[in-house]
Amino acid sequence: MVNSQVINDGQAHGQQHPIGLYLKVWALLFVLSTLSYLVDILGFTGYLRGFLIITFMLLKAGLIMCFFMHLYWERLALVYTILMPPLALLVLMGLMAWEADYIFFIRTIFFSP
Amino acid sequence: MNSHTQTHFDAHASPRGWQAIRTDWSDDKATFKVPASKAMMWFFLLSDTFIFGCFLIAYMAVRSTTTLAWPNPSEVFALTIGGHELPLILIAIMTFILISSSGTMAMAVNFAYRGERNKTCVLMLLTAALGLAFVGMQAFEWSTLIHAGVRPWDNPMGAAQFGASFFMITGFHGLHVSAGVIYLTIIALKVKSGRYEKSGNYQNVEIAGLYWHFVDLVWVFIFAFFYLW
Repeated sequence: MVNSQVINDGQAHGQQHPIGLYLKVWALLFVLSTLSYLVDILGFTGYLRGFLIITFMLLKAGLIMCFFMHLYWERLALVYTILMPPLALLVLMGLMAWEADYIFFIRTIFFSP
Repeated sequence: MNSHTQTHFDAHASPRGWQAIRTDWSDDKATFKVPASKAMMWFFLLSDTFIFGCFLIAYMAVRSTTTLAWPNPSEVFALTIGGHELPLILIAIMTFILISSSGTMAMAVNFAYRGERNKTCVLMLLTAALGLAFVGMQAFEWSTLIHAGVRPWDNPMGAAQFGASFFMITGFHGLHVSAGVIYLTIIALKVKSGRYEKSGNYQNVEIAGLYWHFVDLVWVFIFAFFYLW
């Protein structure tokens, strides 16, 4: 009974946070998007380009999930349920990347024009 | 429900069929201390993460194994504005539009919990309008590439896999944006009609917001890997 009271209480109030916080996150997302666009405009190449693209991407994704999607304030049971399963995708990505060199090598021998 | 009835569970006395499924799911045990509808939206978004994740991994796999040249997205998606060739400008504008729509959506959720339903409705409709602008620009992008001869199975600029990845990934994302526009409009009209004010529960606005922010989140990854890489 006590538990459901808590849930209902949370339901009535929901996720309420100061509006200034949302505006700051919004501004920060604009800045980060501009920076990631500049990576292309300024013509960075190689590992530096990859590093910058991934850094800005992860920062933007983190801001959206933490503050716009309120994960920063949710309980850890829910947060881990959402964030852990996608790690399996990293395994698939690793496997595909591992195979890529071999497939490319075979194709250059048998299929290249 | 006390622990006694749970330890002596009688399968014959329990309901059958759909009713059994319902009673099992509504058992007196709660893992997630959030409303069921919000948890379900998160599970849907989790499954969607796997769909988009697999698309992006497939794109990585075909791009890194093709022996033909991969077109440079910076040039493919350039536009000439005022006599200047601006690389990737259309995609940059689309990115800013989608981020702005996420901002207006966050504001809408905020005003919903303050009980200001007119502002909430206007902000949600503004979000939907920005989403519509995004889809419109995507339609322009698609027709530009189709006129240039790009097909899901063919690409005059090099690797055919470019066409397959482009139409599959952006098409699926665009479909999500389009569905989101309809979803947001429906919820906005319900806000306007005072339905949530009567029930005193604006949770559905926050849940619609979760979906919309997710669509923006996916675009962050598509922008990084498909357009910038």
